[in-house]
Amino acid sequence: MAIQGSYLGMSLTIDDLDKENLTYFRHCADHAFHLQKCDDCSLLRYPPTTGCPWCASPNATWTAVEGKGEVHSYEEVHQAIQPAFKGHTPYMVLLVDLDTQKGHPSDHEALRIVGNLTTSDGVLAPPELVRQVGIGTRVRMVFADVTDGLALPQWTIDTEMPQPANPWRYPQE
Amino acid sequence: MPLPADTDVSTPKYLRDKYAIVGIGETTYTRGSDKTTRALGTWALRNAAADAGIKTSDIDGMLSYSNNDSTSATFMAGDIGARLNFYMDCIGGGSSTEALIGIAIGVMEAGLCNCVALFRAMNGFSQVRIGGTGARSAVPINGDMLHNRAYGWQSAGQMFSPSFMRHMYEYGTTPEQVAMVKVVHSEHASNNPKAYYKKRYTVDDVLSSRIICKPLHLLDCCVETDNATAIIITRADRAKDMRHTPALIRGIVGRCNKPRMDMHYQTGPIDRVAGYYAKDILWPNAGVGPEDIDATGAYDAFTFTSMLQLEDYGFCKKGEGGDYVSSGITRLGGRRPNNTSGGHLCEGYTHGMNMVIENVRQLRHDIDDSCPMGPKGKRQHTYNYKEGGCRQVKDIEVTANLGWASPGTTSGMVMRRG
Repeated sequence: MAIQGSYLGMSLTIDDLDKENLTYFRHCADHAFHLQKCDDCSLLRYPPTTGCPWCASPNATWTAVEGKGEVHSYEEVHQAIQPAFKGHTPYMVLLVDLDTQKGHPSDHEALRIVGNLTTSDGVLAPPELVRQVGIGTRVRMVFADVTDGLALPQWTIDTEMPQPANPWRYPQE
Repeated sequence: MPLPADTDVSTPKYLRDKYAIVGIGETTYTRGSDKTTRALGTWALRNAAADAGIKTSDIDGMLSYSNNDSTSATFMAGDIGARLNFYMDCIGGGSSTEALIGIAIGVMEAGLCNCVALFRAMNGFSQVRIGGTGARSAVPINGDMLHNRAYGWQSAGQMFSPSFMRHMYEYGTTPEQVAMVKVVHSEHASNNPKAYYKKRYTVDDVLSSRIICKPLHLLDCCVETDNATAIIITRADRAKDMRHTPALIRGIVGRCNKPRMDMHYQTGPIDRVAGYYAKDILWPNAGVGPEDIDATGAYDAFTFTSMLQLEDYGFCKKGEGGDYVSSGITRLGGRRPNNTSGGHLCEGYTHGMNMVIENVRQLRHDIDDSCPMGPKGKRQHTYNYKEGGCRQVKDIEVTANLGWASPGTTSGMVMRRG
């Protein structure tokens, strides 16, 4: 069945035929991050696809994956384009290397999961938190609930992990 | 009965210099065109035919690209009195120009038509904003779009910035170095009477302009303008009868990609762009290398995009793009000027075609600057590149255009003076 919800005033929809995204976001709604694991080459992949980008197999099994990792790159949006974010600037879009499968299948690859920087309860981070985060910051996944069967994975600073003394930030503050 | 085959398909088939750009046309680069894309497109097509010295009815093939923000060839052709033997409207933005020139060569080589016009018509300021603001910014978010738009990650600058930021982290590229792309292109634009922005900017101007999406300041981003551009391509042997020295097409790479176009950040390094793969098609096809190129047209949707492409196509070592674009090499008067028109950062935004048009004019040795007209209606270039002065590159023979759709997709083309 199709899912429709509203998040920060944005209308989010997943059609009933879109089994891959329905399954992905249903697991997120359960606050249990899952990715497709290829039945043939055993590699995980993100975001959801209909076949394995590494070996082309169409067969995969949804598998629980730990939502922990390190910021690989980021941007800090000061002028929102999406109207729903206009009241939330500056906000961060993070590209996070999951610890799981990092460096596979080659040194330069990782499961790079997109998300905003949020507080530990999944609310977009205030400016003082944004200023603390850069490349190298350790983060953990939290979820922003949208509706039944739909939550968005987000990232918050992992206070239980040692953090780099100075995560790399754009030189001009 | 089996048909005879006279082609050894195992042999590399180069079409170097067999086809040429013989006509170029533009509207004014403006904000508030007060015209439909249909009116803009036919204006540019008429200009291109007049430039080539042919009748618009001599055009028998038509190609266009857009993101559903233009008018189809089916309307343009009748408006210029052309009966087409071939046409195709493609979806796409940056990187389409060179790729579609490749398609034009292919259909002519296959005997489908003889003279192809390629156009891009857009009201990128007054209708569909290229920066992503306006009506398109708030469309309902469905399916795969949840992985980007739901995070406020949707405009071109926002989608590309993780690559830009990682390059600074990995190689120590500085904001000052990258700002030099805007500085240099603005110098070029100040010598281009057609440019929408003719003002010269400094590094300080760029760095003190407001942050849009870190690492991008306002002046790291291209302009949004209303305009149409057109190019006419035909066989080089027919080009002899046309008005201008032809720009012979040496080689093309079209919409070449990194893996995972659905989300290229899944493969790395993420500060690598598709030019890394495209260079191994472009240079062998063209039979030249970066060292042979006299001027480049490296797509400048953002300051960073020129730099990353110059690097991955091999104009400098990986990681040294910051040095390259701030060294003076890319300036008029330097070893290899880039975007002598001012490009997307200053002249106007056309999804790449104006950078090809500029290089065609350069190769004719007939750039439309403010130099005085000579006796034969040709400008007498001074090669003095002071503000408001000349922008003709001296003795230019070979150019390269490097088109960009995203970090993951590029097209390229080498041309030489016929």
